[in-house]
Amino acid sequence: MTGFPSDDVPELARGVHDMGGLPGGPVDRHEHAVSLWEKRVDALLVLLTRKGVFSVDELRNAIERLGAEAYTAMSYYERWTASIAWNLMQRGVITADELGKRMAEIEAEGRQ
Amino acid sequence: MSHTHDHDHDHHHPAGSAPQRHPFQPDDPPPTGHYQLMAVALRELLIEKGVLGADEIRAQIERMDARGPHLGAKVVAKAWSDPAYKARLLADGPKACAELGIELDGMRLTVVEDKPALHNLIVCTLCSCYPRALLGLPPAWYKSADYRKRAVREPRAVLKEFGTELAATTAVRVHDSTAELRYIVLPLRPAGTEGWSEEKLAGLVTRDTMIGVTLPKAG
Amino acid sequence: MTPAARLSVKRFKPGQAVRVRRAFPPGHIRTPIYIRGAAGVIERDCGDCVNAEERAFARSGLPALPLYRVRFRQQEIWPGYDGPDSDSIEIEIYANWLEPA
Repeated sequence: MTGFPSDDVPELARGVHDMGGLPGGPVDRHEHAVSLWEKRVDALLVLLTRKGVFSVDELRNAIERLGAEAYTAMSYYERWTASIAWNLMQRGVITADELGKRMAEIEAEGRQ
Repeated sequence: MSHTHDHDHDHHHPAGSAPQRHPFQPDDPPPTGHYQLMAVALRELLIEKGVLGADEIRAQIERMDARGPHLGAKVVAKAWSDPAYKARLLADGPKACAELGIELDGMRLTVVEDKPALHNLIVCTLCSCYPRALLGLPPAWYKSADYRKRAVREPRAVLKEFGTELAATTAVRVHDSTAELRYIVLPLRPAGTEGWSEEKLAGLVTRDTMIGVTLPKAG
Repeated sequence: MTPAARLSVKRFKPGQAVRVRRAFPPGHIRTPIYIRGAAGVIERDCGDCVNAEERAFARSGLPALPLYRVRFRQQEIWPGYDGPDSDSIEIEIYANWLEPA
């Protein structure tokens, strides 16, 4: 190995989330207000983990397994939403079928 | 079915900051709609199954909205004014916050102190760990890929982008928040603030000074 | 016996020299990849914490693991680091990732 641990990692072993030290551009310092749908997702996660339905480590684990393309393309709370859905299915709280049907129904009725 | 959603409207946004999206930011693209639908469906299903209550969700949003950098500013101003409090804060963050009536819900707050020749900076490279119970939700830039990538490797260049230039004689210490602890920076009290009240001092302490990307300035 | 119980648990003291294991397992790992293989010094013992690598897979994360904050010199981590010798980075690392240096 070289003198620099950071310079000598097998890139295939690097998760997309594990980005410390990679080259990046200027930090976009614009402020973004958190929208209501994002706050609701945030609240769902806090309450679900507080009740022990699943843990924050499971939230992160599923986010890390979205795949590089999806991870990069999705916004922060989109990633959370996908992970919450995955973990609720994993834990048997909801089924894929009822989630899919409910989404179609909401879309058809324009609910929010 | 349509009556199960809660009715928390835009009054949760502080005046003048209705939800806005910057035109384009790679790490924060506009929602596709797919995940918003999913989020609505999840909320409805969880309420119907009795896993969560609509009121509980609303209350949690209100609890988060009530949290913000003003809490951290109060803690910092107190530490600037009272050396004994500062010592207690550095030794046990949650206990020292509780003294001021700030409950951290089990968050393990760790306060890192700037010194004349030491500047601290907080990042979470793996996700977005942030002292939410004390500072509220993190800003978008803190969660952005560019900040997470660069803050550990070129902290001085990142600081410069925030307008913070440090002397080469000042050491920079980066804290990568990887596990259970959550951090705020206790910045140096600016010169020219002798005799100021805690309230006036708190006015100098912004969110960014407690993340360590900027320095508090008097006047 | 859970997989976590088989992990060897080491206790370190503040000031002790340690090295982060240079390993690249799959899973949910809270040791950033850039620091694996690096040598540092224990800054503080954070007590025992639930094992996130285990809890990420819906297990209890018990027994808890000692968690340490470890300080590293930036110039030893990054090639061409642009800053003085005194610049440092501190990271929380679980005991199963540390060895005496």
